Amino acid sequence: MSALSLVLGRSLLAGDFPAGEFATHRLQAGSSLVASADSFLERLPLVARDVFTSWLPEPWRWLVNSLISIAVILSVFGLLFAYVTLAERKILGRIQNRPGPNRTPIPFINLRFFGLAQPFADGVKALTKEDVVPRGADHLLHFLAPVVLLAFSILTFAVIPYGRHLVPVDLNAGVLYFFAAGAATELAVFMAGWASRNKYSLLAAMRALAQLISYELPLLLAWVPVVLVAGSLSTTEIVAAQAGWKFNLIPHWHVFTPWGAAGFVIFMIAALAESNRSPFDLPEAESELIAGHLTEYSGFKYALFFMAEYFGMIALSGMAITLFLGGWHAPSPYLEFIPSYVWFGGKLVVLLLGFIWIRATFPRLRMDQLTRFAWKFLVPLALINLANAAFWSLSFPWAGPLQLLRWLISALLVVGPFVLLGRQLSAGVAPRVYRYAAS
Amino acid sequence: MSVSDLSAPPAGSPGSRVREVHDSFHGDLLEVSMGPHHPSTHGVFRMIVTLDGETIVKLKPVFGYLHRNHEKLGENVTYLGSMPYTDRLDYLSSMTNNWAYALAVEKLAGQAVPERAEYVRVILAELTRLLNHTCLAGFLMQDCGCSGTPLMYAFREREYILDLFESLSGSRMMCNYQRFGGCRVDPSADWLAGAQKLTDRYGVFLDEFETLLTGNEIIMARTQGVGKLPPALAIGAGVTGPMLRASGVNYDLRKVDAYGVYPRFDFRVPLGDHGDVYDRYMIRVLEMRESIKILQQALAGLPGGPIMDPKAKLRSFRPKAGEAYGRIEGPKGEIGFYLLSDGSPNPYRYRIRPPSFINLTILEDMCLGHTVADAVIILGSVDIVLGEVDR
Repeated sequence: MSALSLVLGRSLLAGDFPAGEFATHRLQAGSSLVASADSFLERLPLVARDVFTSWLPEPWRWLVNSLISIAVILSVFGLLFAYVTLAERKILGRIQNRPGPNRTPIPFINLRFFGLAQPFADGVKALTKEDVVPRGADHLLHFLAPVVLLAFSILTFAVIPYGRHLVPVDLNAGVLYFFAAGAATELAVFMAGWASRNKYSLLAAMRALAQLISYELPLLLAWVPVVLVAGSLSTTEIVAAQAGWKFNLIPHWHVFTPWGAAGFVIFMIAALAESNRSPFDLPEAESELIAGHLTEYSGFKYALFFMAEYFGMIALSGMAITLFLGGWHAPSPYLEFIPSYVWFGGKLVVLLLGFIWIRATFPRLRMDQLTRFAWKFLVPLALINLANAAFWSLSFPWAGPLQLLRWLISALLVVGPFVLLGRQLSAGVAPRVYRYAAS
Repeated sequence: MSVSDLSAPPAGSPGSRVREVHDSFHGDLLEVSMGPHHPSTHGVFRMIVTLDGETIVKLKPVFGYLHRNHEKLGENVTYLGSMPYTDRLDYLSSMTNNWAYALAVEKLAGQAVPERAEYVRVILAELTRLLNHTCLAGFLMQDCGCSGTPLMYAFREREYILDLFESLSGSRMMCNYQRFGGCRVDPSADWLAGAQKLTDRYGVFLDEFETLLTGNEIIMARTQGVGKLPPALAIGAGVTGPMLRASGVNYDLRKVDAYGVYPRFDFRVPLGDHGDVYDRYMIRVLEMRESIKILQQALAGLPGGPIMDPKAKLRSFRPKAGEAYGRIEGPKGEIGFYLLSDGSPNPYRYRIRPPSFINLTILEDMCLGHTVADAVIILGSVDIVLGEVDR
């Protein structure tokens, strides 16, 4: 199954269905909600698309539809990348008592608008900079690394359901596909470090590989419980499994169960490590390895690395939303009038702000501490969490007071191992009391 | 890249457990030149580290990139002419450099200092200590991988102190403030009120800073047990200042020499038990709290009178032949000036005891057996300023 046929697959945006039929497509699982919430705004993206493509003959329509969804994904997430970098710099600045970038005017009208043109100025700068390649570098790999990294980051966007009708490719093994494509990105980091022929880059490559091997496992183990409970590897069905509210108040999102909360936290920690973000930014540790695998990159290749890092961050946040935070579902039945894609975007922004906040606050771990944290803490916790989820789905028929017992056992299965493993992890590390000289 | 002849690490150092096998399984050692343009070598310092994986088996510090003939310059200008040059030694703490130099010359010439000037010197020295330790804590956390937040907080407070220095001496960092027999200008009532205000709110900043960092699990895991300096080695190498006290040796010149008016103030000397990076960080934080206590007492007890000894000679200053060594407890350790006079307007010999240079000499002993990431924070915890190391 080649990547091309995946992206251009038959089911792109329900493109192979005649206009008008898409509303009922693929929503059998959450069918009770379809009628109530399928407003005009909800269908707006599809209506807008059909304005352009409905006049085309049938064999061409799905192709143009596919191209349109690719273009929309690239432009929306490209723009989101640009403004997440700006938001990161500004928020980091505010946290650190400085204004952040605020001087870049919009060309010709000379209005500053809080530096909103900054990402474009950065882009122009990156494009016009000299592209330096070290003489000793492996030229082919040095060129390929950013391209491969970006390509795999973009591929992961294909299976995320962005809204009720907005899933580019509805694969029946979508989650598996997502993590297969995502795991390939660390390999590109290794390629970059190896091909640069720079000692710092080489050390970064070693670190990147160790990090890949350590954190891929908790990342995968964190979402297996979701698949276990939802009973499907398809992203749309995982989202559909989280529909509805308890007492019209608490959403049926996985994060509101004990195993789901633990899985979400493990997933986000592993996602931080996967996207090389602080406090796991060891491959590009600037105070130790200059810029790590990016040391010998300049110009637009450097910008591509950044783009891929942020794309990876956005895609992993999107997957966390899909798996644990109810996907595009509204948090309350009274807020359903807001279109689903707005909810998805809102949750995405909140998670991205969390990433930025963590970066501003935490120092970096050391390599051995990083791997120890993964193998001795996250992996056992994730395995116990898997058993916890199995118990949760087995005890599904429990009712009445037994339901309370179910919650209690499940919560114990999260808190107990956490306390025990955490105590073992931080052994020998404690605040100290200091003495003063006698005189 | 391979290094065939490794000299054995010093006995008892953490590096003595480093392997010395060179078989095909373990592969070659990697020699990396960190610096002189590395982001966390605090200037133009260079470490040639030999790595086994990421573990350091050999570290050779290289300095001298900022060498500018400081001591020879001192022999060719008048005594007073050297005063602004001392600012450039440790450019974070010019006030204490000035004081140490002034103390040496005053000893040489038998010059008395009025009481008010002694108090002002203590106030400025303790402000300098606050400034230096705050910056160090910020830089150390930056080396640990914080994306600038603690550093920016530290620099915000540093600016308040530098504002005080600027309004007193006319320059933020190159103060050139002390004179032989007193201080250059008398601090105004406004200035003293500003210093009092800063002293009163500095504890609040320290609380904020410690809330963010001291109890942080990652910081503790990164710094505890890293870069241990045994007391015997520290004493043998001539290490002074907070680094020595973090190793548990009770040696503070403010208590030992009791120079100036320090005996009049009530303060304690914090001591560490482990001698690792965390202790060196914490000792500095605790010292800042003691400095605040000294500042409160000095500002409250500041006497009136002249700031300069009226009999002090500024022009055609020629101390009679002899020698003198003046030393004080600078923020980085014992900063001392040795002067040899032959009765001419210039010193015959002008020698500096730079604390950060001497503290740096044991870098390899602390780093062996640790990783590259540790070497960076160990270097950060030594607290060097290359202007002083290279002179």
